Amino acid sequence: MTTAFSEHDNARGFSSPSATLRHRHILDLDDFGRDEIELVFKTGDAMLEVLGRKIKQVPTLRGKTIANFFIEPSTRTRSSFELAAKHLGASTISLDTAKSSMLKGESFISTLHTLQNLGADTIVIRHPQAGAPYLAAREIKSSILNAGDGWHAHPSQSLLDLYTIRQRLGNLEGLKVTIVGDIKHSRVARSNIWGMSTMGIKITLCAPYTLLPRHLDGFVSNSHLAPIVVTTNIEKALKGADVIMLLRLQRERQESGLLPSIREYVRLYQLTEQRLSLAKPGALVLHPGPINEDIEITPEIAYGTQSAIDKQISNGVAIRMALLYLITGGNHAE
Amino acid sequence: MSEKILMTSGDIKRTLLRIAHEIVERNRGTEDLVLIGIQTRGVPLAERLAGMIREFEEIAVTAGTLDIGLYRDDVSTNNLRPIIHDSDIPIDITGKQIILVDDVLYTGRSIRAAMDALMDTGRPKSIQLAVLIDRGHRELPIRADYTGKNIPTSQNEEIKIHFKEIEGKDEVIVTKRTQNP
Amino acid sequence: MSQALFIKGGCLVDPSRGINRIGNLLVLGDSIVYEGKGVPEMPQDTSILHASNMIVCPGFIDLHCHLREPGFENKETIATGIAAAARGGFSTICCMPNTDPPIDSSAIVEYVKRKAAQESSVHVLPVGCITRGRKGMELADMDELAKAGVIAFSDDGSSVTNSQLMCHAMDYSRDLGVPITSHCEDTTLSGNGIMHEGWVSAMLGLKGIPPAAEEIMLARDLILAELTHAKLHVAHVSTQGAVDLIRRAKEKGLLVTAEVTPHHLTLTEESVMGKQPFCLRQLRQHASNQEEKNLIPLIYNSNAKVNPPLRTAEDIEHLIIGLREGVIDAIATDHAPHTLADKNCDMDEAAFGISGFETALGCLMSLVHSNQLSISLLISKLTCEPAKVIGRESELGTLKEGSQANITIFDPDSEWEVDSQNFVSRGKNTPFDGYSLKGKVMATIVNGRIAYKDSSLPLPKPFSATKNKEKGEDKK
Repeated sequence: MTTAFSEHDNARGFSSPSATLRHRHILDLDDFGRDEIELVFKTGDAMLEVLGRKIKQVPTLRGKTIANFFIEPSTRTRSSFELAAKHLGASTISLDTAKSSMLKGESFISTLHTLQNLGADTIVIRHPQAGAPYLAAREIKSSILNAGDGWHAHPSQSLLDLYTIRQRLGNLEGLKVTIVGDIKHSRVARSNIWGMSTMGIKITLCAPYTLLPRHLDGFVSNSHLAPIVVTTNIEKALKGADVIMLLRLQRERQESGLLPSIREYVRLYQLTEQRLSLAKPGALVLHPGPINEDIEITPEIAYGTQSAIDKQISNGVAIRMALLYLITGGNHAE
Repeated sequence: MSEKILMTSGDIKRTLLRIAHEIVERNRGTEDLVLIGIQTRGVPLAERLAGMIREFEEIAVTAGTLDIGLYRDDVSTNNLRPIIHDSDIPIDITGKQIILVDDVLYTGRSIRAAMDALMDTGRPKSIQLAVLIDRGHRELPIRADYTGKNIPTSQNEEIKIHFKEIEGKDEVIVTKRTQNP
Repeated sequence: MSQALFIKGGCLVDPSRGINRIGNLLVLGDSIVYEGKGVPEMPQDTSILHASNMIVCPGFIDLHCHLREPGFENKETIATGIAAAARGGFSTICCMPNTDPPIDSSAIVEYVKRKAAQESSVHVLPVGCITRGRKGMELADMDELAKAGVIAFSDDGSSVTNSQLMCHAMDYSRDLGVPITSHCEDTTLSGNGIMHEGWVSAMLGLKGIPPAAEEIMLARDLILAELTHAKLHVAHVSTQGAVDLIRRAKEKGLLVTAEVTPHHLTLTEESVMGKQPFCLRQLRQHASNQEEKNLIPLIYNSNAKVNPPLRTAEDIEHLIIGLREGVIDAIATDHAPHTLADKNCDMDEAAFGISGFETALGCLMSLVHSNQLSISLLISKLTCEPAKVIGRESELGTLKEGSQANITIFDPDSEWEVDSQNFVSRGKNTPFDGYSLKGKVMATIVNGRIAYKDSSLPLPKPFSATKNKEKGEDKK
């Protein structure tokens, strides 16, 4: 037999069984294969096509319930997930709580159980503490999608970053990406280290030592990742970069003494026209948002031609639709 | 597993040519005609039909592709989620006469999904259905406007269509699954 | 009451006198009356306990545990803590004063002692607070506490951050003959840290506690000990740098002693991501009947959250060298039981601590089985050495004839699987859950009475009855 297409109506599209998502939760990209990331991209393409229509809704997840459980303020990521779920025809529940208002201990877990019992097939979690989505995945049966946990991971952001780069530059393999900013406290940076390494991207990290995690070298070598270049000098870091990714600087970093002053950070690390010219001509500029204008980046660059920051936002919805589609559905519990 | 060839390359060609003529005849020409192949096995058929019409009518006919993965009704009950292929409909379908093209008509669920998918992209004047094989066992009130061949089958038989473009050879095969595999 | 127990044919290991040989022990009442190769004369009703292929040693002494009562009885009570200690082979335990109210007055000392006495089992020796209410503001009534019987002073759980106050505490303690046990942590460096600052914390995005946080405070306390000539005992040493600092202090002749925990000797930072070192064999990923749970690797394992944090393989190496060289005097469990709710939450909220009594011997024996420690050295760190730290070496930690009959009997080769649900401690919080340990406590004897006996060990039979039975069988 030469063909894998058997039962016509029931077999459509199940063309290559290897290209399925092996995860029922999306917690981080550390265990994502290249084929899985490609699958997310391919599904994202289809979702982008839906987003280009007049009627931006498909009935794919009709009858499914997706809960957004955000224990940290985030209007952007939450709206992106909410819209993604609605475009796919799912019902949504949104729960925003400040951690300070939650009772110690029980409350996170008991809320998860409540959401599960309300029928949530997938729970999108944003939590201020690294690892909370893992606890959730061990605790309940719904699929868990990590929408950012503390300093640890933000897989959907990394996937949309990679998708945006692929959209603008084509092949990812061999590209040089420079990430500038608060690496130490950045879940975006951590997820991108995994995702980019898997896709064969060469990573350079650039920040003052106070904003770089200690023992980064041990992390890279013990995880069998390709070497990562680390430098405190932005000029060096930008030389020959295909993509420049800036991270948001939280003002409390200065307050807690990690930076002498915002002024000094701007002088040393802001992406200016002059610095941008050190990168490859036409290098792409990314920022996970929200931008502190005049801190990480000048507004001229942020809204200029080399910036793909707007694209990141629209691609974000497509990628989140793809992720929800790929993990929601099926009767996992049985 | 036993296997039988139902249609040869020549049979397929003759059948498609007949369908192409029927389409033009029923629609009184090719005005507003758009052929849309359902991903993935309807795509080569739609292209061939468009090519044939182009040849004997000497006029270009629009062909497109449609993926129905997002409209399937078994996404929520099946652990395997279909891979979404590209949909490529080069023009606005509003007001057009759409010929949906697929290889095998079986339960009718794919066609139902395809119609939903089409309606979300515009408001066609009409939708007609062309299939190479109708094997029966419909679960929905759907019938084909153009049928290549009716092949009554039992549930444990499989119809396989090979395409030159994909498998390197045109043929239609029926295989019978043996009981107690 | 002349209860008599004859422990026959075990391997007697008594490092206090350099003994390591097959022999017998006779216990009469609450003391050891015979220790040797022969069979002494014994009363008619003597029970006999066969201990061949087992190690018979002085009862273990734990310098550092948390019994949680009064105040946190949902985590542990004195009764359950004592039962767990006995199961772990401990005949004497020193409980830390971070209770509610804390042990900062003779009344609370009396309360703990009375509660412990009710169990008439393991000896409980309370540790008193250094500062009133453990608040770090003013000294507790140290003389009153010493007279009430505390064996050390400690604000364990926190450091006394005010150096002036710590200096006063050390000065004041000199008169009392009781050491100050220091929990060394510079909280400005450890902050809200959760685990060791290393590659795992860098990867998991968890706030790290650098070794410097421990070493800086340790250095301060050693300097103060040198200044005051006070007796200083260093709690739960976890870093290579700390071992070096203590070594130097001992070389200078300071009155300093130190302890290390079983978990700091066997587990590394990688435990937080659910990985275990080679010398421990993993049987189950996680104690759970739900297959679902096993699909999620046990990273962010809050049961591996402990203060000081689990460090690196290199630190373990130096802690073991420290034990061998005598830089570290004792092994103490830092048994810190918590409820499920205290641990089943995110890493930030999860409480620090490991329920350690019942796994202590099993995981320490992995060091013996992998030839990193000799059996007699290990036993010395659990018996005579800790006895010296609290100045009780004449009565505790020895099998010498005439001494109190505190005896631990264990099978060094028995393999068993850790199942926290079977702990007698209320605290089921252990990173060893689901692991296979080799080395199992078979019996713990305190004051001549059997405080714990493993179910696989036959009940001691009266000597005469055994003889008669044997005779009877001979006739058949």
